[in-house]
Amino acid sequence: MNPSPLAVRCQNVVKIYDTGDQKVTALNGVNLEIAMGELMMLVGPSGCGKTTLISVIAGILDQDDGYCEVFGEDLLNMSNQHKLNFRARNIGFVFQAFNLLPALNAAENVSVPLIINGMKRSDAERKAVAVLEQVGLGARVTALPSELSGGQQQRVAIARALIHSPRLIVCDEPTSSLDHETGHNVMTLLKEVALHKDRALVIVTHDARIFDFADRIAEMDDGHIVGVKGAGLKAKG
Amino acid sequence: MNHIAIKMLMGDRGKYLGIVMGLTFASLIMTQQPAIFLGLMSRSYSFISDVGLPDIWVMDEKVQFVDDIKPLQDTELYRVRGISGVEWAMPMYKGLLKARLADGTFQTCNVVGLDDATLIGGPPVMLEGSIEDLRRSDGIIVDIDGARDKLGKPTPGGERIPLKIGDSVELNDHRAIVVGIAKVTRTFQSQPVVYTTYSRAKNYAPKERKLLSFVLVKAKPGQDLAELTRRIRATTGLAAYTGEAFKTLTYEYFMHNTGIPINFGISVLLGFIVGAAIAGQTFYNSTLENLRQFGVLKAMGTSNWVLLRMILLQAVLVGTIGYGLGVGLTALFGYSMRNSILAFKFPWQLLMFSGAGVSLICIFAALLSIIKVIRLEPAIVFKG
Repeated sequence: MNPSPLAVRCQNVVKIYDTGDQKVTALNGVNLEIAMGELMMLVGPSGCGKTTLISVIAGILDQDDGYCEVFGEDLLNMSNQHKLNFRARNIGFVFQAFNLLPALNAAENVSVPLIINGMKRSDAERKAVAVLEQVGLGARVTALPSELSGGQQQRVAIARALIHSPRLIVCDEPTSSLDHETGHNVMTLLKEVALHKDRALVIVTHDARIFDFADRIAEMDDGHIVGVKGAGLKAKG
Repeated sequence: MNHIAIKMLMGDRGKYLGIVMGLTFASLIMTQQPAIFLGLMSRSYSFISDVGLPDIWVMDEKVQFVDDIKPLQDTELYRVRGISGVEWAMPMYKGLLKARLADGTFQTCNVVGLDDATLIGGPPVMLEGSIEDLRRSDGIIVDIDGARDKLGKPTPGGERIPLKIGDSVELNDHRAIVVGIAKVTRTFQSQPVVYTTYSRAKNYAPKERKLLSFVLVKAKPGQDLAELTRRIRATTGLAAYTGEAFKTLTYEYFMHNTGIPINFGISVLLGFIVGAAIAGQTFYNSTLENLRQFGVLKAMGTSNWVLLRMILLQAVLVGTIGYGLGVGLTALFGYSMRNSILAFKFPWQLLMFSGAGVSLICIFAALLSIIKVIRLEPAIVFKG
């Protein structure tokens, strides 16, 4: 059996933040591979570099050294416009604080990635309604974010991350603002709806309750990957 | 993305209204104050506008503005009449005289004496009576505002009964009878305007050797006015201006020798600064509060160019609404004051002026926001 093609390949990735009077090394030679169809979790203590790593993988932050390839493309050497188009087509985002646009209703929020990709607003909103139905929010398409519970907002965010069929979804603490049951439901939804053989999921989390959903768990500390564990294994801490 | 920009702008009603109100205020001040200023300035030469018939005004060379009367000898009239290119030349008296009212108080009036034969230089609009009635004994024509207000007959209750045809007033101890009521453009000093014949005006005026204020000249058909004014100056040693040049002389005198432009200029500048501060700061704050949202859009692949267009659209939208409201309020103000003493002139150039002012504020506000958004790192979306 052939191994799954790689979605992400990072080699010796280094990122240093220069705050003026001091330099902080957030990533210090990270090596990581994520396969298509895989749900990879990044865990580790605060400040270990998890968020910086997914920012680099998602193409919204440039590393200072090393190599990071996403679907075979070197993000660092892409032109800005190419990188924008690459993100718009290939990356979906799910955030801890949902980051929905408060003035837009659920369907409008979900339609944003399609509009960024050039689809007509009416077509995009029609498709958004269908995706919202898929995540169980068919009855709340016109609700504003402020009218939705935390779990419902995260479902809207997941719908937004999925609507343009990206090949990589990066999630930053998707369950940490939610209670146990809602968090479990959100992860079930993510795994059921978002994950398939042509797509990879990278989830940064502290939430040990959801580790069971991972195919692999990469543990980070001090800017390094200190260990990668296989499916079904609970990571330490 | 335009509808997203508009919804982001209007999402916070309080801030949106704050920006619009700031721009409305700026637009109102930048339109209303100059409109009053222009109204006042146009009053400084309103008398010249009202006397529409002559092409050229001849006067003493030291005259600085229309009310700066430096009398000439009557013989100057004949010298002007003798210059080639002059179709006709008529005398005009203009001076301030005291009218004694029925209650014994005095009111200064602007008395205009017209050529006895032709009555050239009379009021532009007659409301009652006709200009020919000035030929009746002791006849005067009074402007409607003066007749209603300052020359009106006082009553014990403090109100004034307007002067009407047949009423008499005393002008410098001479009896004068109202034979007509006219509509004239308000003057800068807002004194009542009294028209009479040239010979009668000389009678009313204190005895002086020189009483001729202006010589009004009509050029022959096809005569070059600039050339004729030069010829009059050269021949008589007097000053000669076309109507427009005389208006400019008067206007510039008020501009350079009164504090009016500075006072109104300060008001307009303050309106601009306060409007810019309120609208600019609120717009910028609104962008700052939406920074994470812009970051999300940027992370999802929105280019800086699209974000710039979104912010510009927001600025244009609030600018247009604020400008429209401000200009509308100014027009309403002008309309409601149309029958009052307030000077108000609202030419289209003023719309351009305040439009440029509001545009500057919006560009300033948008620029601050655009710089912030363009420099924004999309990685901000992952910060807690």
